[in-house]
Amino acid sequence: MAEEAGMFTVQQTVGSVLCCKCGIPMVPNAANMCVKCLRSEVDITEGLQKHVIITHCPECECYLQPPRTWIKAQLESKELLTFCVKRLKNMNRVRLVHAEFVWTEPHSKRIKVGLRVQKEVLNGAILEQAYVVEYVQQEHMCESCSRVQANPDQWVAAVQLRQHVSHRRTFFYLEQLILKHDAAAHAIKIKQMDQGIDFFFANRSHGVKFVEFIGKVAPVKSRSDKQLVSHDSKSNNYNYKHTFSVEISPICREDLICLPPKVALSMGNFGPLVICSKVTNSIALLDPFTLRQCFLYADQYWRTSFKSLLTSRQLVEYIVLDVELVSSEVNIGGTRYALADAQVARVSDFGKNDRTFSIRTHLGHLLSPGDYALGYDLYGTNTNDMELEKHKGLALPEAILIKKSYEEKQQRKRGKPRSWKLKSLNMEVDETRNRADEEKVNTEYEEFLRDLEENPDIRFNMSLYRNRDYQPSEVASVTDGDLPSVPLEELLADLDLSDKEMEDTA
Amino acid sequence: MATRLQFENSCEVGVFSKLTNAYCLVAIGGSENFYSAFETELADVIPVVKTSISGTRIIGRLCAGNKNGLLVPHNTTDQELQHLRNSLPDQVVVQRIEEKLSALGNCIACNDHVALTHTDLDRETEEIIADVLGVEVFRQTIAGNILVGSYCAFSNRGGLVHPHTSIEDLDELSTLLQVPLVAGTVNRGSEVIAAGMTVNDWIAFCGSDTTATELSVIESVFKLREAQPSAIVDEMRKSLIDSFV
Repeated sequence: MAEEAGMFTVQQTVGSVLCCKCGIPMVPNAANMCVKCLRSEVDITEGLQKHVIITHCPECECYLQPPRTWIKAQLESKELLTFCVKRLKNMNRVRLVHAEFVWTEPHSKRIKVGLRVQKEVLNGAILEQAYVVEYVQQEHMCESCSRVQANPDQWVAAVQLRQHVSHRRTFFYLEQLILKHDAAAHAIKIKQMDQGIDFFFANRSHGVKFVEFIGKVAPVKSRSDKQLVSHDSKSNNYNYKHTFSVEISPICREDLICLPPKVALSMGNFGPLVICSKVTNSIALLDPFTLRQCFLYADQYWRTSFKSLLTSRQLVEYIVLDVELVSSEVNIGGTRYALADAQVARVSDFGKNDRTFSIRTHLGHLLSPGDYALGYDLYGTNTNDMELEKHKGLALPEAILIKKSYEEKQQRKRGKPRSWKLKSLNMEVDETRNRADEEKVNTEYEEFLRDLEENPDIRFNMSLYRNRDYQPSEVASVTDGDLPSVPLEELLADLDLSDKEMEDTA
Repeated sequence: MATRLQFENSCEVGVFSKLTNAYCLVAIGGSENFYSAFETELADVIPVVKTSISGTRIIGRLCAGNKNGLLVPHNTTDQELQHLRNSLPDQVVVQRIEEKLSALGNCIACNDHVALTHTDLDRETEEIIADVLGVEVFRQTIAGNILVGSYCAFSNRGGLVHPHTSIEDLDELSTLLQVPLVAGTVNRGSEVIAAGMTVNDWIAFCGSDTTATELSVIESVFKLREAQPSAIVDEMRKSLIDSFV
């Protein structure tokens, strides 16, 4: 600055002084001692740790950060270096300027870190020194690993989902809902059981969350129990296994129900012969003769639980001979219905006798003479239902139609691949199951897929994926006619990643 | 000849003593060790006086002087002044000066002919220094330090200055002082030269931390090896005889 101002400045040449210890000429510094003498005089690494014992979990390659955090780190990684440097005590006394790994054999259970530290010594001279810290790995399994080792079946919470019905349709549906919402992402094991599925979780809260999810999509009743596995009374630690028993109501869609008199009365003389039209966390009941709809919430249902009179497995195929609309189409809860008088005959009777039934149906808008329809044959069945007998003077209709049947047209399509597919949970299946059961499950799954095609409102909550193996044929698309199928827009393009992802999530 | 000693476990011997060619002042310590170290070396040659200045022991930093005179700060008590006048040889003028920078030892460095002073000393003080000590006065700094009395020590034969002094500064100073100068340290690397040692023409006293290297530098620059009070007299006599002859 002085030079810029045009001032004369004397050039200053740094002289040399003799080192006060060894007497060699050197540039004067704060200690006026040469570096060698300074090194011999003071060791700035004095009091710093040169040997450190670190705890390492051999199972999961984790290192213990006291008191109880486990840090996952690869050898020679940035994380491990940070961890190693953090483990050193008294590092606040010096300034760390450099740290690096010194190579050691990976199986030697030694980690060496070369450090370079600076410290102020002897009236303001800053000395830099390099030294090596040796870390000895002590193998000690972390808590979670040791628990896995002790008992590989290490669940803490188990959710036992059950529905006491003869088919698995509900679980096929729930499986898709769980996949869509990724509700079982934390499950460590999923096991297919008779009349249900077991979900195992490593954490109680994951189990509780899952139970809450099920409670939102199905009318369930749940109870939880816990079993004391071990405890430490000195530190007040208790180790429990929690079991959640979740029961789904046996009422399914398309079931015919005879309401108990009490329930019928409480719902304003509803029914008593009703069809279950939809099941979410509540049960939607439809009176097919008056088109009244009522909702029964889970707690209401479980207060006075009842069973179905007839279930969808007992559906009988009818042929419609004549339809006469009684009223115009009405929209109830998003679905259209029209009351009609119909003349139907059982397909099984066809050509054997002339028995026809004149019935009232709510499917007037769908049916036309010559159509096939599925319905419950009250004329032919022998129901031993206690509830039915409680209703004095109840006149049973001879048949109740439930849905239009596309059986004839589906015959043609049978065996052909679908243009879409569903994901599935990775469930463990009981090995003891026999062949007949497997076939039954397969047919039920096929029925479920067909249901999906016919009912867009069920598909609404699901993720359908495009089947890449499917090659559409020209002929099929022409002859399909009015057969319901899933439009292409609803399908999700399956990412290439997703196959792997499926394995991961399940 | 250079001697290592301590004042009550402190190596800063220049703080507690003042050595000139005509007298030596020593602080009053708890033990006689410090005093007797001076006494053994100097007793036959010059008076060694125990004194305090303005009630303190840091006399080396408070007063400045040479064989001609002694300057003491304004807060020196009358008793102390009287004691000094009684104890010192008659030809040594003891003068109390009114100067706001009362640590005269830190502000003035001198031998029998030249004095370096703090740049901010009064002009009157400068005149008194020149008159009483019989020296030429230069206002100077040493390696950027204005306390010239602390960072250098020189006799009529040589001088030691702050280790950071540049070669140009060394040349300039030695031209002013007309003695050879060396940058160096005392007390194992301490750069406060005058605090760590006190020196006259034939003897130096250093703090006990002073290393052999430092001691050899001191002995060589102050030319203490061949120097004895008698040797000086002999030399003078020789030159006198020379001149007579």
